Amino acid sequence: MSVSGVPRHWRSLRERYRLLGTYCENCGTRFFPPRKICPKCRRKGRTREVEFSGRGRVFSYTVIHVGSKTFEEYTPYVIGLIELEEGPRVLSQIVDCKPEDVYIGMEVEACFRKLFEQEDGGIISYGFKFRPVDDSWVEYYGKLLAEKEAKAVKS
Amino acid sequence: MRVGIVGYGVYVPRLRIRVEEIARVWRHDANSYREGLGIEEKSVPSLDEDTATIAVEAARNAMRRAWEVKPSEVGALFVGSESHPYVVKPTAATVAEALGLTPSLTAADTEFACKAATTAVQACLGMVKAGYIRYGISIGADTAQGAPGDALEYTAAAGGAAYVIGAGEGVIAEVEATHSYTQDVPDFWRRDGASYPRHAGRFTGEPAYFEHVINCTRGLLEKTGTTPKDYDYVVFHQPNSKFPLKAARELGFEEKKLHPGLLVNRLGNTYSGSSLIGLAAVLDVASPGERILLTSYGSGAGSDSFSIRVTEAIDSKRKLAPPVMYYLDKREYIDYSTYARYRRLFKER
Repeated sequence: MSVSGVPRHWRSLRERYRLLGTYCENCGTRFFPPRKICPKCRRKGRTREVEFSGRGRVFSYTVIHVGSKTFEEYTPYVIGLIELEEGPRVLSQIVDCKPEDVYIGMEVEACFRKLFEQEDGGIISYGFKFRPVDDSWVEYYGKLLAEKEAKAVKS
Repeated sequence: MRVGIVGYGVYVPRLRIRVEEIARVWRHDANSYREGLGIEEKSVPSLDEDTATIAVEAARNAMRRAWEVKPSEVGALFVGSESHPYVVKPTAATVAEALGLTPSLTAADTEFACKAATTAVQACLGMVKAGYIRYGISIGADTAQGAPGDALEYTAAAGGAAYVIGAGEGVIAEVEATHSYTQDVPDFWRRDGASYPRHAGRFTGEPAYFEHVINCTRGLLEKTGTTPKDYDYVVFHQPNSKFPLKAARELGFEEKKLHPGLLVNRLGNTYSGSSLIGLAAVLDVASPGERILLTSYGSGAGSDSFSIRVTEAIDSKRKLAPPVMYYLDKREYIDYSTYARYRRLFKER
């Protein structure tokens, strides 16, 4: 996630936008960032593109209090090593929670955010960050439809 | 053939600021804003959120519901907004890339104040109906600007809604008819390079909002031979709570038909997202066979009206992504200083 020029931004945007990696058809190992050659199978390996689900767990993390100039405005922020459910580990910011709420093993999911902006009206780089998984919305529909029925009965 | 919505999704950033907090800083009377505008709080984007990120999150939710749609089948994507991150460089291309829809599709950003996305819904409906594309996506998203201390600051909010338009079995809400109404009205504008919009105060009511919302809705009712009684829900663009209530009353819609889709008191005005998030909240609870009337409003000025009938496909699809109420409840309050920093009101450090 280093700050870089327009060509670097362009080369990596697809994998950042969609969490695109690769897997080896020979041994099944998955890679992120994408690898063209499987280091285990070498010439026997065959790599193919794969879009990861975006679900994973916090493998480890740290809180950054003194950031580089590009990320200064986000401090204090959390950088986590996320183990994706498909296996690869990804370095990413963890957002939508306080640094003290993050813990090892926490379930997280990918979201789409602004990563950084180049200075002086340069390019905006977007890509994945991770946030805590919150599946509580599943419960909402029962509640919403029951409220609707209750109102219909009243009127 | 049924043409209409095959999937919908919304996204609202989780930060909120209360009316009292804004009023405290400017020494305004909070109650006059709360009662005058009918608003309690508004959503605020995080530092790393903008129209593009909101559009992507909303569109991903829409695609979860439109599960049968293959990325290669989406032939058009539009993002309607008045807060595109770039003046030149389309938000739509970023969103299409993030959804994996590229490269065989057309994409563009649209702008017509708060109705940019309903116009794009019409464009998608037209292309689907004509057979040019199988599916099209229209997204309304904004991180609305309000100058510090201006009345707009109490309502200018962030959020978005995305609609996948298509035909056939997968349609969860059929669009039966649409009607538009447009005139040149100087009620609200932002010049190139200006950070904040300007508005003509009271002028935004009668000759602008009401003239267009009411006449456009009447035009649709005439076109379809329907009356307010034929609809179970009505959704209007909601810059505040009072305008939609007054429009509903004038048109003869019962107030209870407006409530399920009237969210501005807890959300603020999400501009291009406003009426479409309201429609999403209705789709979250609507039953097959029920009818919805939607009228957007964009300053400048124009309205688009839609007559929508919910189909039986709604029951299986709506539960595939979060409802609007979830996003309204998932919130964290910030104070005005944090708000000022997040909205970059202090430009230079």
